[in-house]
Amino acid sequence: MTALRRLCSSAAGLFGLIVVVLILVTALVSLFWTPFDPRATDVTSRWLPPGWPHLLGTDLTGRDILSLLMAGARTTVLVSAGAGLVATLIGIALGALGALTARWVRETIAVFVDILIAFPVLIIAMLISTVQGGSLWVVVWAVGIGFGVNVARVTRPELRRVQHSDFVVAGRASGLTPAQNLVQHLLPNVAPVFIVQLSWAMATAVLAEAGLSYLGFGASVVDPSWGILLADLQRYIQVHPLSVVWPGLTITVTVLAFNLLGDALRDATDPTLRTGKRSARQGRRGPAPLPEVTA
Amino acid sequence: MSLEVTDLVVEIDGRRVVDGVSFAVPDGARVGLIGESGSGKSLTALAVMGLLPDGATASGSVRWNGREILGMPDRELAGIRGDEIGMVFQEPRTALNPIRTIGRQIAETIRIHERVDRRAARTRAVAEAARVALPDPERIVDRYPHQLSGGQRQRAAIAIALAARPRLLIADEPTTALDVTIQAGVLRLLLSLVESDGMSLVFITHDLAVLAQVATHAVVLAHGRVVESGPLEALLTAPTSPITQGLLRDATATLWRGEEEA
Repeated sequence: MTALRRLCSSAAGLFGLIVVVLILVTALVSLFWTPFDPRATDVTSRWLPPGWPHLLGTDLTGRDILSLLMAGARTTVLVSAGAGLVATLIGIALGALGALTARWVRETIAVFVDILIAFPVLIIAMLISTVQGGSLWVVVWAVGIGFGVNVARVTRPELRRVQHSDFVVAGRASGLTPAQNLVQHLLPNVAPVFIVQLSWAMATAVLAEAGLSYLGFGASVVDPSWGILLADLQRYIQVHPLSVVWPGLTITVTVLAFNLLGDALRDATDPTLRTGKRSARQGRRGPAPLPEVTA
Repeated sequence: MSLEVTDLVVEIDGRRVVDGVSFAVPDGARVGLIGESGSGKSLTALAVMGLLPDGATASGSVRWNGREILGMPDRELAGIRGDEIGMVFQEPRTALNPIRTIGRQIAETIRIHERVDRRAARTRAVAEAARVALPDPERIVDRYPHQLSGGQRQRAAIAIALAARPRLLIADEPTTALDVTIQAGVLRLLLSLVESDGMSLVFITHDLAVLAQVATHAVVLAHGRVVESGPLEALLTAPTSPITQGLLRDATATLWRGEEEA
């Protein structure tokens, strides 16, 4: 509760929260209502400028751009939430396995993570889509796996650092089992780093969905998607430059909001940053720690 | 409720850092483990708790109430830690979780070992905070470790260690990291709690002057071996080992210096 209040007390956090909530609400509303049917074409009203009743204008086939954006929010929510979930699971699992297990296991995991990091999300998406065919799930899995290993690589050394703190040993001395200790002491203390990585992954998922859908690995042409809409409109940028602005702006603001929300969440969950006294944990605000060389 | 350590050996990468240490802590006894840094006293304590760092292995025998706890399955040992044997660490700045309130950390120990709901655990945490003489316990339980002074943090750490009323407390240099002016208060608190609860105490220190205020028995360690052990008075009046004599010299030197400064 207090964390939420702290989150709202920063302008960036409040902005991020409002935008993310707005997108969620829009995605929900679009299930029942959009100003026009986003798939309905109308040759008599092609390339209308913003006005009434088409608030943001129409595209090549006379579809309402606002309705397309609203319906596209569904895809965005689905992809960023799905990719975020997959990245969280993979990140925590690989991070914990790579930090807290026997030496040969963690070394193997570290090498495995480094190898996976070498694969761009696009390659992973292509691999999955050859098996599954192009769909939104390809994007979810590709971005989830691609960023999951990134999250794992940052979480792992943080976990190793925290693991050797006295309070972790003290927690065990109080009678916590290793699993309880992980949940009570270890994970909450790597949360700040983790949250930033995750919000970045979710923001990138929005971009990746646009990019992968553009290339044909993601949403099919009939699915509403900001990426596909942007790709469609962008071909006519020299004739109708204004129409491209809307999906472009939407994607930009969304990505920005995810990043700002992530940063604000990080600050809000770290009690040592609240009082402005942060000598003890200054390192937290620094760049992501480099992966350790030795175990 | 007694602890018996027999021929304890701790090895790190094939190096014996604790080499055949034996001592006993009868019910209600206050035993000091004393030695210079690197003498193996902290590792001995961690071995008793079953909390040795990765790569360190223990052998020998540690018996708690006649039960062998060395090599006991971790799950079983977790029921003894905190509940029957508590531990206080040297550095209060790092021994508390920086992102959890003091109250929540005290309540955690209670909730590990007893079935109590969140609110009852909080009430108990306030009582525990009051017991270790933290000022304004109602409010300090909602504070974070970085908002407390060093002495207050160590009191909070003691409250956490004792919240489930263990029968044995292992205190690993609990006053070393504190200001000299605060050390005496924390020592007095520790002693009064040990006495009122009828706990046994294993007190680890490198300072014979501190040990003299706390322990009834002392075990002197050097290079992982016991060089001398016995009742404290005997050690203080007639130390046989040169290492004990050295520690005694150091202690009297600090006492002298203390008097000069005062």
